Amino acid sequence: MDLTWYLSLSAVLFTIGVLGVLLRRNVIVVFLSIELMLNAVNLTLVAFSQAFGDVDGQILVFFVMSVAAAEAAVGLAIVIAMFRNKLTINVDELRLFRG
Amino acid sequence: MELLVQLILLPPIVIAGLNGVMGLFWPAWRKQEWLLGGLALAAVAVPFAVTCLLFFGFEAAEVVRYFTWLQAGDLRVDFAYRIDELSLLMTMIVTGVGSLIHLYSIGYMHGDDGYWRFFAYLNLFIFAMLNLVLAESLPVLFLGWEGVGLCSYLLIGFWYTDLKNSAAANKAFIVNRVGDFAFLLAMFIIFKTVVDAQGGVFGLDFATLLAPETLALFAGPTGFWVTVLLLIGATGKSAQIPLFVWLPDAMAGPTPVSALIHAATMVTSGLYLLARLSPLVLNSGALWIIATVGALTAIMAATVAITQNDIKKVLAYSTVSQLGYMFLAAGVGAFFVAIFHVMTHAFFKACLFLGSGSVIHSMHHVEHELEHKGLIPPHHGPGSHDTPLDSEATQNTLRHSPLPYDGPFDAQDMRTMGGLRKFMPITAITFGLSTLAIAGLPPLAGFFSKDEILFRVFEFGQSAHIGYMALWVVGLITAVLTAIYMTRAYLLTFEGSPRWPDSMDTHPHESPWTMTVPLVVLAGLAVVGGFLGLPPVFEDIGLPGSWIHGWLVGHGDHLGPVADSLDPLWASVSPYYEGEHHVSHAVEWALLGLGAVVALVGIGAAVYYFRFGKRGPEADRKARKVFGLFYTPASHVWGWDQFYNATFVKGTVEGARKVFAPFDKNVVDGGVMGLAGLVRRAASGLRGVQTGVVQTYALAIVVGVVAVVALVLFV
Amino acid sequence: METFLFFVFAVFAVAGSLGMLISRSPVASALWMVQTMLAIACLYLTLNATFIGVVQVLVYAGAIMVLFLFVIMLLNLEETPRLSAFTWQRAVAFVGGVAVLALLLTAVAEQTDLFPNPTEVPVAVVDPAGEAIVVGPEGEAAVVDEGEVAVVPVDPTSVERIGVALLTRHAFTLEIVGALLLAATIGAVLLAKKRFA
Repeated sequence: MDLTWYLSLSAVLFTIGVLGVLLRRNVIVVFLSIELMLNAVNLTLVAFSQAFGDVDGQILVFFVMSVAAAEAAVGLAIVIAMFRNKLTINVDELRLFRG
Repeated sequence: MELLVQLILLPPIVIAGLNGVMGLFWPAWRKQEWLLGGLALAAVAVPFAVTCLLFFGFEAAEVVRYFTWLQAGDLRVDFAYRIDELSLLMTMIVTGVGSLIHLYSIGYMHGDDGYWRFFAYLNLFIFAMLNLVLAESLPVLFLGWEGVGLCSYLLIGFWYTDLKNSAAANKAFIVNRVGDFAFLLAMFIIFKTVVDAQGGVFGLDFATLLAPETLALFAGPTGFWVTVLLLIGATGKSAQIPLFVWLPDAMAGPTPVSALIHAATMVTSGLYLLARLSPLVLNSGALWIIATVGALTAIMAATVAITQNDIKKVLAYSTVSQLGYMFLAAGVGAFFVAIFHVMTHAFFKACLFLGSGSVIHSMHHVEHELEHKGLIPPHHGPGSHDTPLDSEATQNTLRHSPLPYDGPFDAQDMRTMGGLRKFMPITAITFGLSTLAIAGLPPLAGFFSKDEILFRVFEFGQSAHIGYMALWVVGLITAVLTAIYMTRAYLLTFEGSPRWPDSMDTHPHESPWTMTVPLVVLAGLAVVGGFLGLPPVFEDIGLPGSWIHGWLVGHGDHLGPVADSLDPLWASVSPYYEGEHHVSHAVEWALLGLGAVVALVGIGAAVYYFRFGKRGPEADRKARKVFGLFYTPASHVWGWDQFYNATFVKGTVEGARKVFAPFDKNVVDGGVMGLAGLVRRAASGLRGVQTGVVQTYALAIVVGVVAVVALVLFV
Repeated sequence: METFLFFVFAVFAVAGSLGMLISRSPVASALWMVQTMLAIACLYLTLNATFIGVVQVLVYAGAIMVLFLFVIMLLNLEETPRLSAFTWQRAVAFVGGVAVLALLLTAVAEQTDLFPNPTEVPVAVVDPAGEAIVVGPEGEAAVVDEGEVAVVPVDPTSVERIGVALLTRHAFTLEIVGALLLAATIGAVLLAKKRFA
């Protein structure tokens, strides 16, 4: 296996995730994009773990996944709460901290 | 010695601070008049006692050094004080007369709301004046110089709620400033000259400055210009032409202030400066300027004094005139005689001022009584109740005013005085004695000091330059004028019959002991003070000669601090010395006699003209008709005030209005406001960043990360 | 073979993510995401990370994505209209994204030569008699006085190794993450609760 390929793939997935965060207006899709970014990073970590033979990489992936789960849960709970108040999940309209 | 000097210098400032702080923050303190006044009096009396101690135990000049004040490069000024014959004499005058005036003020200022402030300022003044006369270096002297100027401002404008008084205080300060500027320039030149030539560290101290090597640096044009600048400074402080215009206005302050500051002490600072630097001044070649200024001032002020109706104004112009005499004496190199006249003048002029204060005090009581009786309209006054001038009652009474002049009752105007001797005998006698003293009647103090001045001018005219004889004549004429106007003042005030409304029933009364005791003491000094400076010819008839000459100039082998142009002791320093005795003893006796005659002529003329007080203001009106050409301009101070107003005052005000005000409004204000506006606009622009949309912020993060990573990768 | 598998799964992953990005319906996006997750799981398997691969399916595809779908259905969202409006922000975002990709690829390209040969694997020391000698979790060799050293490939991704590492070296972090999950659970429940007025 060539490490470079995996890293490149990870870079592509990460970029797609970034674009999703920046360009989509549906907050659910934004969250999905964040999850995608996390996955890309996980892929990088596992690739390196295999390359170095170091298991710590996978340990870190383990933890990342846990945190991602927690973050998704809380984030979606917030979305639900906001939706109740504003009846919208359009990011442009969820702007309470306006300057 | 250090302790003793501290005991002289510190009590005034400490008590001033005490009275000031306590009075400011503790209203109950302000009511304790005896405590306040007593402390203030002690603060001057203790230094006087210490000075007497030093005076009678004096052996040799000493310099006491405390700590360094300024140190920068070649300049190093210490707080150092000099105890020598000149400074001790001046200190005795300041603290002695000062103590008497403090005692007087306890009575005079009784009931005033600013009682505590008055004594705080007065003590502060004493402190500054002591710094001035005891200083060992010019900067410390200048510190005192400025300090007395400040206190003069504070005290002239003491009753600051009346705008006239504040204006007078401003005038005093601003005019003095011109002189101070010249003084500073002189100090700069002195510093530069000495440091360039000698190198090392210099603090403009007298020990170094008056040493022969240093004096030699000032032999040429440098010394001339330094002296001229110092003279300008002295004309500011000592009210000579052209900077005398503040002194008559300064009469707006309480009378003790006029007595202490504008008669006995502050105005003599200029003379003290010249006396202290006498070796330098003697060799400057500018003596004739000093003498001319003095003589012209003396005669000019005397002509004005004759025309004045306000008793304090008469005394103010008299002071200017007598100061002119002192400058005249300095201008012929007879510095010690100038100091002698400083001393005698302090005695009789302070007595005259305090006497006038006593009179004014009583006339205020008369005024109150008349207001109560409704005979005159009530009016604003210092420390009195305010009544609107346009109330109907006021307007009514004004229209039928029983006063010989326009406007409200003026307690200082001699036209509504007269015959006060019956009611205020002590004041009258002391005032009378001082009048005779200033007129120069022997054997009172003024006779000896004034005569010595005239004699020295005569002698100088014979030996040095014939032109001085003209100044001698001017001095003689001024003496006659002096006797005339002072006698007139006495007669109009104390003799004749009373001229105020309802004088049959409304009577003034003598002042309390706190005011009359100083009057008596000062009058006594005015009588005997002259014996300190008896003419040298008296030695021929077995009387002692001039003690003050020996004290200040030196005797035997010992050289005093004050130079003398015609004294053998100073022959090496004075360029005018050409051997002893130019004027024979016979001529000296003749001149003495001439002085006495002059005084008698003046007094007699006034007594005759005013019929010993029976003729009052009518005599003045007649004089105006007869001497109209001189009388009218003289009564307007020969146009000096008008001139200054039209040129400098108007110029400054217009300049400010046309140039500085727009500058301030547009450039300064505009700049500041513009800056604020700039900030506001920038903020309003930047505020747009806070959109509240998360994606924008995320974008910002991404951009930032891209930038940093690119930096790391490619740089 | 490996390369072929890699490309297949890579294509699936990228396609899925692009689909997620472009879909108008949130449900469609979620489902595309599931595809991406599964593809990545397969990629893990090609990397011999069996445990992680399985956990990926269980947790990500099985739990998190399900959660997403639950929420989408709870909110009863409609399709969002396609936005073609041009704004400066979008343009910059696009450029930013491209820049990110470029930078990452540059980083990958420049640093690859520092990586060790991925085919090399750490070794364990085995007693020639056949008895196992205690080796460290990373395969560190223990000093052996006698006998020859045999090279035995040690599977770096074995579950056993992961377990040992988790419970020894990373025990503290494990506990913290546990607490974190507890907090998240409570938080999510509280935030999403219906308020009874």
